[in-house]
Amino acid sequence: MRETIEFTLNGEPVSLDTDGDRILLWVLRTDLELTGTKYGCGIGLCGSCTVLVDGEAERSCALPLRAVRGREVVTIEGLAGGEVLHPLQEEFAERGALQCGYCTPGMLMNAAGLLNGNPHPSREEIVDGMEGNLCRCGAHKRIIEAIDAASKRM
Amino acid sequence: MTDNTTRDFDPVDFELSSWSEAFPFDRRDFLKTLGAGIFVFVTLGDLAVAGEQGGRSYPDDINAYLRIGEDGRVTIFSGKIEMGQGVMTSLAQMAAEDLQVPFGAIDMVMGDTDQCPWDMGTFGSMSTRFFGPALRAAAAEAREVLLGLAAEHLEAPRNRMRAHEGVAYMDSDRSKRVTYAELTRGRQITRVLGEEAVQKSVAEFTVMGKSFTRLDATEKVTGSAEFAGDIRLPGMLYAKMVRPPSHDATLRTVDTSAAAAMPGITVVEDDGLIAVLHEDPEMAEQALGRVRADWDRPESDLDEESIFDHLVNEYTDGRASDVRGDLARGEQESSMLFEETYLDGYVAHAPMEPHTSTAQIENGKATVWASTQTPFPDQSQVARALGFSEEDVRIITPYVGGGFGGKTGGLQNIEAAKLAQVTGRPVQVAWSRAEEFFYDSFRPASVIKIKSGVDGNGRIHLWDYHVYAAGTRGADQHYDAPHNSITSYGGWMGGGASPHPFAVGAWRAPGANTNIFAKESQIDIMAAALKVDPLEFRLKNTSDERLIGVLKVVADAFGWQAGAAPGGRGQGLACGLDAGTYVAHMAEVEVDERTGAIKVNRIVCAQDMGVVVNPDGAKMQMEGCITMGLGYTLTEDIRFRGGEVLDLNFDTYEIPRFSGLPEIETILVKNDLVTPQGGGEPAIISIGALVANAIFDAVGVRLFQLPMTPARVRDALARRGE
Repeated sequence: MRETIEFTLNGEPVSLDTDGDRILLWVLRTDLELTGTKYGCGIGLCGSCTVLVDGEAERSCALPLRAVRGREVVTIEGLAGGEVLHPLQEEFAERGALQCGYCTPGMLMNAAGLLNGNPHPSREEIVDGMEGNLCRCGAHKRIIEAIDAASKRM
Repeated sequence: MTDNTTRDFDPVDFELSSWSEAFPFDRRDFLKTLGAGIFVFVTLGDLAVAGEQGGRSYPDDINAYLRIGEDGRVTIFSGKIEMGQGVMTSLAQMAAEDLQVPFGAIDMVMGDTDQCPWDMGTFGSMSTRFFGPALRAAAAEAREVLLGLAAEHLEAPRNRMRAHEGVAYMDSDRSKRVTYAELTRGRQITRVLGEEAVQKSVAEFTVMGKSFTRLDATEKVTGSAEFAGDIRLPGMLYAKMVRPPSHDATLRTVDTSAAAAMPGITVVEDDGLIAVLHEDPEMAEQALGRVRADWDRPESDLDEESIFDHLVNEYTDGRASDVRGDLARGEQESSMLFEETYLDGYVAHAPMEPHTSTAQIENGKATVWASTQTPFPDQSQVARALGFSEEDVRIITPYVGGGFGGKTGGLQNIEAAKLAQVTGRPVQVAWSRAEEFFYDSFRPASVIKIKSGVDGNGRIHLWDYHVYAAGTRGADQHYDAPHNSITSYGGWMGGGASPHPFAVGAWRAPGANTNIFAKESQIDIMAAALKVDPLEFRLKNTSDERLIGVLKVVADAFGWQAGAAPGGRGQGLACGLDAGTYVAHMAEVEVDERTGAIKVNRIVCAQDMGVVVNPDGAKMQMEGCITMGLGYTLTEDIRFRGGEVLDLNFDTYEIPRFSGLPEIETILVKNDLVTPQGGGEPAIISIGALVANAIFDAVGVRLFQLPMTPARVRDALARRGE
């Protein structure tokens, strides 16, 4: 059913006239051409599609567009403040906390959500918070270190 | 060197004649397209494994080339691809150092069949080993050309010229300087290097191993890094294919009418390919749900348990290698004999990015953006599928979201290209996770039988090794066994009369994970029977200095507690070599005897990979290998029934997670006497045996099958003392 859905995307207002049952991941990747958010499993098991909704990490592959009506959505494209990278992005880049880079947007957005709720997590809390995000290249060690380093700077 | 670089040359007069002498092709058309700049081409001779590539628009006997443009920027053209292994960065680094330009002045063009020299594919930890030296030689040659030009420009003697950060200057007077950009402007100069020049040059290099931030880091942390599924073209359709429920199923009937009735849906039925397409991928998915297909399926009781007997029964012809001494004599000389069988299941590649392809056909030319490790073989495949000549097919390889050997088949490219041809519109094929599991070319299930023997002094005398379906990578003897034989039945590729119910293929260090699991477990079994410390036993039975080197380094760093296993310590050791690189690992594990769960607390790895190009990049690969290796060791095992794959997503197929991550320490053992060796695969090969040996030390039970799931550990514990 077509309806008008308005929300904030990376700080800008968005209005879409479309079916509210559509999945946020695909709306982002097609209509809005924000392809940084990735498909990995389609059922919320891998975290590649993670975005922030009102500051919390959500799996966009399991979220109907209607659920973000009136809310604030941030994707990987909106994590940096203009040209200035977010501390998480800087630490991931400098510490090599990525390899193929496909899970990286989801990792970063999940970590951003984690730090929003707990600005200075312990190592165990980072591990717990990141447990649902999968990386096949095995960058886990550096991802934990990067999140820890970023949290100490923020 | 095949070009005449010893005499003075006129930099403005580009020498087509010497070029043509070097290679029996007319290169005028190719060179016209290059424009201004300095170009160095490298050919690798036998290493190139270049196929027949007739009709191409560029020379096919060139393996690498680089360009220094009029703006002073350096572009490296390579048929290799970046899938996370970091070769984009390490190749750029090599070129930067030998060219004497800032790292940031390098641009990489990779895996584009219209722009890059032919390459068979990115696998086997070969990019740095084989491509690297060629590139360094090309960079060094370009620097020589630039210094020659600079001497002329500055009217200074050639032997007084030096280069630094993209500037040539006179050693005694730094104010006499000229930038590479100025030297390049308005000129086209080419040089060709042959294999001999490459080898000679390598010996002269002194590349310092420095760590650089990955070239791809910024794009990858901002979401701007483009993957094959991120390509957006006007009018593009997303395709979903009708898939069989099982690899042995055949289609009886199909009814696409309900899907075809949906607005905006295009249905294609073409030569076995049944697809529904729409401008919205979700609509295509919904349409696929309305296709009614009935399949005939043969009964099968082949599964992840019965497969092992099946493999041994099917593979009757073995091929022996590494045969030394006389096995019967080895048996006589042994005071203790050991006969064991090891089993290893199917493992998925499961890259986070499923196979994806975006294809467009315009004016008789196909362009395909592919998630692939093999752009050039894919080009041939797509050309055949479309009935096009190869030069009318361009494969562009954006960033690849993980490969591990699994992105070599190219089926998704054929699907996308065919659908683009039939519909007349750009088409994207992005496999779902279920399709990714179903069409994966798994690491094969395998069986290894070993009969070995030692004398009373703890020396190995007999090694009779039989491997089914894993091939011999990692099977070659790295101990001093005088009576030795390796017999291999089938290989990791499956082959023509494959006994596997689905595709199998290369998986990060193909076969080596399986072989090292069996081999290094067997070594520990012998050491334990002799009541000898496993480290001491290994050192006593090898004279390979590089192996001894990594063993000693890892033992020091780990704090190895000498003593026979089981010692209740939970410490384990395994070692091996792969792609020219030696690795030794030590681990500390805990076994929960009630649940059978294994917790790996710590892994230390020492690696001798010869000259290290990028130490931090090498360590990233080691950490990745160790982390990924814990998956096949502890949890990963594809379940199936005949050709039906039962694990189709991450709910039942468990890959490593953060909570399973041990403390990891990696050490690069300095060895500048050996040219750079493989780095993307070696450190994964020992993980199975490493953990198995540590479990034995912890609780005194031996696991003979991977993965070592809690259920298998409980079974082994229940049989303890029998």
